Amino acid sequence: MSRVMVAMSGGVDSSVAAALMLEAGHEVVGVTLRLWGGESDSGCCAVSDVDDARRVADTLGIDHHVFNMSEEFDQHVVEPYVAAHAAGLTPNPCLECNRHIKFDLLHRRVEALGFERLATGHHARVVQTAAGVYRMARAVDAAKDQSYVLHMLGQEQLAALDLPVGEMTKDEVRQRAATLGLRTATKPDSQDVCFITQQHGRQDFLRQRISLTPGRVVDADGNELGKIESVEMVTIGQRKGVATVGGADPRYAIAVDVPSATVTVGSAADLLVKVTPVKNFTWAEEPFAGPVLAQISAHGQPMEAELAGNEVRWAQRQRRVAPGQAVVFYDGDQVIGGAIAG
Amino acid sequence: MVPWLADHPGNPSGAHKSAREARRAIDDVRDLVAELVGGDPGDVVFTSGGTEADNLAVDGVLGATGGLAVCSATEHPAVLEPVQESDGLIAPTDKAGRVDLTTLAEILDAVDDVALVSVMLANNETGVINPVAEVAALVAEKSSTTVVHTDAVQATAWIDLATHCAGAHLISLTGHKIGGPKGAGALVAKKGTPLRPVLRGGGQERERRSGTQNVPAIVGLGAALRLAMDERAAVVARVGALRDRLETGLLRTVENTTCSLPSGAERTPLVAHLCFGGIASESLLFLLEQEGIAASAASSCASGAQEPSHVLAAMGVDRLVAEGALRLSLGWTTSEAEIDHALEVIPPAVARLREYA
Repeated sequence: MSRVMVAMSGGVDSSVAAALMLEAGHEVVGVTLRLWGGESDSGCCAVSDVDDARRVADTLGIDHHVFNMSEEFDQHVVEPYVAAHAAGLTPNPCLECNRHIKFDLLHRRVEALGFERLATGHHARVVQTAAGVYRMARAVDAAKDQSYVLHMLGQEQLAALDLPVGEMTKDEVRQRAATLGLRTATKPDSQDVCFITQQHGRQDFLRQRISLTPGRVVDADGNELGKIESVEMVTIGQRKGVATVGGADPRYAIAVDVPSATVTVGSAADLLVKVTPVKNFTWAEEPFAGPVLAQISAHGQPMEAELAGNEVRWAQRQRRVAPGQAVVFYDGDQVIGGAIAG
Repeated sequence: MVPWLADHPGNPSGAHKSAREARRAIDDVRDLVAELVGGDPGDVVFTSGGTEADNLAVDGVLGATGGLAVCSATEHPAVLEPVQESDGLIAPTDKAGRVDLTTLAEILDAVDDVALVSVMLANNETGVINPVAEVAALVAEKSSTTVVHTDAVQATAWIDLATHCAGAHLISLTGHKIGGPKGAGALVAKKGTPLRPVLRGGGQERERRSGTQNVPAIVGLGAALRLAMDERAAVVARVGALRDRLETGLLRTVENTTCSLPSGAERTPLVAHLCFGGIASESLLFLLEQEGIAASAASSCASGAQEPSHVLAAMGVDRLVAEGALRLSLGWTTSEAEIDHALEVIPPAVARLREYA
């Protein structure tokens, strides 16, 4: 039996995670993180979600606490998100929240408060190799797999982490919640970024914080094809807003340059590259070079590649990866590390 | 209280015998509240508690006369929010969180339509006592039509309201801060004070607060008030000594600890207030709860999370120092043994958190 703190977002997955840890005989305390002080309609931040987590804890008969990490969330997640967009990058805030808040700040606090383990409701698994090395592995439910956004965890975090719902399909999780009488059994999955509301959207959120730059859309030779409202809103590979500019062929954004307020577009073929430059590596255990499976989005397909220094060399040409997005390296279904596309 | 829940169901506004009984029960408490603050029983408006009394004071005066509301930066949100919402002015405070009288005088000189000045008597986070009688004298000198309100919710148990609130037109208090039940408080509105009701309807409380009175809770408020008034002097001396022992003990045994309040500030024995360097108070609260100590840091938001203290910010306490703030509230039931326990478990808890920081 261990003392386990379960991070409860108020959703069905972490509700069931808490129940499973309790069933396994652990001493369990639930905690909900208050992360975003502003307007919210989804995710981990709304008071109604804290209430759901608290009432699930009441049903399970466990203690429940709320930790206010909103200042750190602003500092490590929201501000870098805004700054990345201002620089024309495509950030992934959920990944940064995992990196800095849930699996750093909370991980350390769990330890300081005398708990041996942290459990969350993520769909992924922690496995141990024959050599005793911990690895993040894909969830049983492939469609819900979150190993991509958890790729940065190292040995220290993995060794003290339980992901009980990673062994179940989402349907099984919901059935278990219903059997246990948990009020979150039919609660819809959270969508998108928790601090951006569906009503106002990303553009409004950014417009309140940075000035968005109107720009030119050009082809690879620099010929102006049209105008665009804000270059900061454009992601590499995007068709929306640029697809029909300047001709009949479908166009994709292939480069964004904020200082010159220029979006370069090209054909589908122009979007493909042989090499993706990467930086800011994290490793499950130790640095690696050689053949890997590399994944460039949360629910994308893993692709064969060669990892060589700061380059991912694709076996077959791939779509450009928007700078700021993570490239995660797998050995089979196990994460060995990750990096950020530059 | 219990008979008024079970045996005497009368509505004090009715005309039957049981109604008259209920009416008499709350009017006895009305007399007591009047005695407490040195006012007239007809001044007493029963409310659901301190928040309603504060809201009624601010919204009621502004609603009746228009003009501008001014309050100090360390007020309870029940005053601060209505003042801010009405685009009122927030007066700065000194390092103890007391309203700055010089600035207040300047505001009264510069702005000619100040309708209300609201300054709390004892702060809910620190227990520091404001010079409300001086505020009232200043306002009377500068602007005879301006109404003075004081939120005395956190002072009622500890200090004499009649002297400390002399000159105030409106005084808020509540039962559950003096050992009474939640759900009954009062706004004392001195005769002639302009007050537009917030709750409208049956015209209870002389048209100042409609809605059937919560008779059992008001009776409980009265019982608590009687006890507080009779035993105040002895309780203040005993609890004050416990608070001093707790503060000095922790300051002596835990390094890098500061008292959050400047020495010499007059305050109620309500709270020992310390800032421990290098820790997050949220973690300390968690560890202390496991040792049977229910403490706070600043104030809790709707989700239950701890929020940074606007009171410490107004006092000019550095934000990093305030992150390690701990409020240990005492009361008339606090014992020597509880202080011993706190002195035993807090130092190792702080040491543990520093070790992991």
